[in-house]
Amino acid sequence: MTAPVYNFAYLDEQTKRMIRRAILKAIAIPGYQVPFASREMPMPYGWGTGGVQVTAAILGPQDVLKVIDQGSDDTTNAVSIRKFFTRTAGVRTTTATLEATVIQTRHRVPETALNENQVLVYQVPIPEPLRFLEPRETETRRMHALSEYGLMHVKLYEDIARHGHIATAYAYPVQVDSRYVMDPSPIPKFDNPKLSNCAALQLFGAGREKRIYAIPPYTRVTSLDFDDHPFEPYRHDASCELCNATESYLDEVITDDEGHRMFVCSDTDFCEQRRAAGHGPVAARPQAEAAHD
Amino acid sequence: MSGIDKENDLPLLIAEGLTKHYGRQLGCRDASFELYEGEVMAVVGESGSGKTTLLQMLSTQIEPSAGRVLYRMRDGAVQDLWTMSEPARRFLLRTDWGYVHQDPQMGLRMGVSAGGNVGERLMAVGNRHYGNIRATAADWLGRVEIPQNRIDDTPRTYSGGMRQRLQIARNLVTAPRLIFMDEPTGGLDVSVQARLLDLLRRIVSEMRIAAIVVTHDLAVARLLSNRIMVMKGGEVIEAGLTDQVLDDPHQPYTQLLVSSILPA
Ligand SMILES: Nc1ncnc2c1ncn2[C@@H]1O[C@H](COP(=O)(O)OP(=O)(O)OP(=O)(O)O)[C@@H](O)[C@H]1O
Ligand SMILES: [Mg+2]
Ligand SMILES: [Zn+2]
Repeated sequence: MTAPVYNFAYLDEQTKRMIRRAILKAIAIPGYQVPFASREMPMPYGWGTGGVQVTAAILGPQDVLKVIDQGSDDTTNAVSIRKFFTRTAGVRTTTATLEATVIQTRHRVPETALNENQVLVYQVPIPEPLRFLEPRETETRRMHALSEYGLMHVKLYEDIARHGHIATAYAYPVQVDSRYVMDPSPIPKFDNPKLSNCAALQLFGAGREKRIYAIPPYTRVTSLDFDDHPFEPYRHDASCELCNATESYLDEVITDDEGHRMFVCSDTDFCEQRRAAGHGPVAARPQAEAAHD
Repeated sequence: MSGIDKENDLPLLIAEGLTKHYGRQLGCRDASFELYEGEVMAVVGESGSGKTTLLQMLSTQIEPSAGRVLYRMRDGAVQDLWTMSEPARRFLLRTDWGYVHQDPQMGLRMGVSAGGNVGERLMAVGNRHYGNIRATAADWLGRVEIPQNRIDDTPRTYSGGMRQRLQIARNLVTAPRLIFMDEPTGGLDVSVQARLLDLLRRIVSEMRIAAIVVTHDLAVARLLSNRIMVMKGGEVIEAGLTDQVLDDPHQPYTQLLVSSILPA
């Protein structure tokens, strides 16, 4: 084999320093979108190049990396990003949330509570929460600068007018530390409460849009709403058919050709840990079969 | 006209020597006047005479090359608009003022429902009760004669006249004390214009709103305004009570305008 042609974690040190400066600024101004000189990465934009660059900039040789995509460690996207860092940084990887020091994620926050030694890196497609109603960048910047956030409520108003309730289910807007309104990336709104007062540092990277933002540990994050239409996290009213969890976010999966469906935890590590700890389906399986596993 | 008591009131707005150069091109020179609460002033003149330039300087959309605008806030304090902080100025713009554009697409969010368009200002000043916002929006649609069952439709589905009335409702929902209008009836059919003018006249007098209305149309000026300023080549050449100026114009240019010899 030839010697690796990459620097540690692919990016050169100067680029990493530039990204770290952006990250530090983002931490200093919670929720504020810091522009950075996003680099070309050896993968398409839709694959989370913003998150990959943030991860590359913060990763050290001792770190243990977990990569999840919609809660799963096994999708093509998660596997290839994990491989990328194994190859370019040689870091250890894991699927266990509690073992990881850096977790890069797309579309979910792990169910397991994070701790102070962990960093959660989100992949962000569209960082600007005001974009939907105000396409002019100069104007959205001014709105952030002056805390003019009435427009965010216009979006929620439209939701209620159209659907009778706030139908926004993903990328539900939040306000960080009573100041900047922020797009939490397309996580389900079920995950929004986990952003608040979280022990781990949360970093958000948008590659195509060249923005980094952050939620420092133990920062208050509130989901926008109306007094008479308060924010409500949503999950299917069911329990996981594999581990019987009643508090986790569930995916509805098709199990066979006849279109049978079942609910299972979207966070596969969480589900596996529960099963390993002896949790199982409600309808208790026969003793023999259980012992067989 | 009635309702204006200049003896006891202080002016709401004072323009002093407002001047704007676009490079070497003069936009407006040395415009000065006072506007009182509840007073409607028309600005007339031919195309290129500086009407929009003046309106935009007054409403802080463009910075004057010289001169200043003083405004009496709700608490009575008189402020120089260009020395105010930007947040304070923008707050004023969306609470105490309104701006009705000739082109409703400039003044509306075309992709947002009528209710959302009217409710935006309420939400901008911190109203967080959906039911109240919607009820207020519905009430305002009624006041500008838009059927309330159109509240969830976007202005894309509205006629030109309805859009203009929606723009007015969107501006008036915070009960501003001053409203700027640039050719509010421009581009509308004559019958639609007449209905809009009636509505404007009624609302402005009911709410005692001061207004500055730019128009090409002397009939609009006569119907809506107490006072009139005639502009030509960037300067105010004649000003006074609307009826007096239109019935007995002193400047030859105004005489030509009134006798409809010039296309206003
Ligand atoms: N952005 C600009 N750059 C350069 N010159 C301008 C600009 N805006 C206006 N002017 C010039 O300033 C003068 C006054 O223009 P303004 O738009 O104020 O006239 P107006 O009375 O509103 O005309 P109209 O009735 O056609 O709307 C004109 O000579 C115009 O060409
Ligand atoms: Mg004009
Ligand atoms: Zn499960």
